[in-house]
Amino acid sequence: MALFDLRLQDVHNKLNKKELSVTELVDASYSRIGETDSEIKAFITLNEENAKQQAAALDKQLQDGGERGLLFGLPAGIKDNIVTEGLLTTCASQFLSNYNPIYDATSVRKLKAAQSVTIGKLNMDEFAMGGSNENSSYFPTRNPWNTEFVPGGSSGGSAASVAAGQVYFALGSDTGGSIRQPAAYCGIVGLKPTYGLVSRFGLVAFASSLDQIGPLTKNVEDSAYVLQAIAGYDASDSTSANVDIPDYTSALSGDVKGLRIGVPKEYLGAGIDPRVKEAVMKALQVYESMGATWEEVSLPHTDYAIATYYLLASSEASSNLARFDGVRYGVRADDAANLIDMYRKSRSQGFGPEVKRRIMLGTYALSSGYYDAYYLKAQKVRTLIKQDFDQVFEKFDLIIGPTAPTPAFRLGEQVGDPLTMYLNDICTIPVSLAGIPAISVPCGIADGLPIGLQIIGKAFDESTVLRAAHAYEQQTEHHKLRPQL
Amino acid sequence: MSITIQDVEHVARLARLELTDGEKSQFTEQLNAILKYAEKLNSLDTDNVEPTSHVLPITNVMRDDVERQSLPIEKVLLNAPDEEDGQIKVPAVLE
Repeated sequence: MALFDLRLQDVHNKLNKKELSVTELVDASYSRIGETDSEIKAFITLNEENAKQQAAALDKQLQDGGERGLLFGLPAGIKDNIVTEGLLTTCASQFLSNYNPIYDATSVRKLKAAQSVTIGKLNMDEFAMGGSNENSSYFPTRNPWNTEFVPGGSSGGSAASVAAGQVYFALGSDTGGSIRQPAAYCGIVGLKPTYGLVSRFGLVAFASSLDQIGPLTKNVEDSAYVLQAIAGYDASDSTSANVDIPDYTSALSGDVKGLRIGVPKEYLGAGIDPRVKEAVMKALQVYESMGATWEEVSLPHTDYAIATYYLLASSEASSNLARFDGVRYGVRADDAANLIDMYRKSRSQGFGPEVKRRIMLGTYALSSGYYDAYYLKAQKVRTLIKQDFDQVFEKFDLIIGPTAPTPAFRLGEQVGDPLTMYLNDICTIPVSLAGIPAISVPCGIADGLPIGLQIIGKAFDESTVLRAAHAYEQQTEHHKLRPQL
Repeated sequence: MSITIQDVEHVARLARLELTDGEKSQFTEQLNAILKYAEKLNSLDTDNVEPTSHVLPITNVMRDDVERQSLPIEKVLLNAPDEEDGQIKVPAVLE
């Protein structure tokens, strides 16, 4: 376990000094999975044979000497909605239980170029729809801090695996909080980059105007390293932003003197667990002690964000998931009378209840007669929500608040109550609608369960987000706490 | 406005979903609850607000019209549930 507590930089140095081999690292990853995953259930598919072959090949390269990148030889987990060539990619859906992609997502291709080792594919809510991993059609992942509790979602497998020390880092995807909320629940660092910074090519689309891939790691420095590897323009993604990518690690100066922080009153109002509020207030004191200033601000349309999000995300999902029809890939239903019947049967058997519910909601919101009342209305309110952030960022460098209003909840506690489940995302959804970057870092423990601090920045200003998160981490010990497994 | 079982059946047809009676009544209830919650958006005046479909200021992304290699057919067919003569096979389209 101690091996998996090391920073990426330390592991890198050990590999360079030949104190450690890639084979030892990869073996350690699989033995940790062997010890813990019957309980945690983070992985849907393991890539063991390939990973061990790759490790042996990388060890040969190590013998030859030369310069290697920081992610060289490092065991990584990939959320199961990011396609991996020749490695099953199910989106935690029965529909794709046999889907073997014939290409790599751009983010995976970049990790391969950096020579990290893909350990396996991580569990999630089916098609990334959910916040607890209970919507996986295979099995729910458990929170490593207390297996009676959910790990969050939808990147719950990614967060739990990193927290349990099974891999050094994982890729997740975030549509309304799906990296940040599970990172908070599992006591690790989760970064949702600015929309457009990381290519979505090969990310199975849920809501195309919101989806974004990002890293889940044990500390902020590692997050910066992984972001560095996966960020950048990609012609294969027409919504990829053609911006210069800065050196993110050089931003980690520890200096936040003079930084102006806005704290939205809406994120600390009714519905917030007092223990979460206390942890956030303590974090703000840490920032004060480092020379930053903070002030209460207002994001007045926060209360409308969840309704806006569920209309827009479900509408986009209903369109995106039309591609799953049993024709080209996925499980085709037997005994169809004709083509339409085959579509209906395949989709009805392939999709789970939450996915069907959102397809139904989205189809309704886009259907003739309701488009203006629901979809267009929500798009307009999205503008107001984005403007809330623009106005605060005229005077402030960052916005800080909780990642989620409570720590993790018990498995089964919110099943069958979609609206309550949706309310867990109140602090992350507005940020997704605005398309701006945010990170969740550990900031406390309540009754044995971690609490996440959310640091939100201006579009493409990941450097300031990472700098502030890193400076906080240097002053505190929260990120060093590990679950007892 | 409230959704009836008939609305749910209509939307299911549009979405190419076949629902059981249990699913129909459950979705009627849940969609009504979600849409009732969404009605809070109506309290906002958005008459002079432009819709946001996308946060980035980019439109009409084009690439040069040059020939590129497409995926090899034999690989594409690896995931096809049914195939014949290098093509994906489906049930009869016309009766």
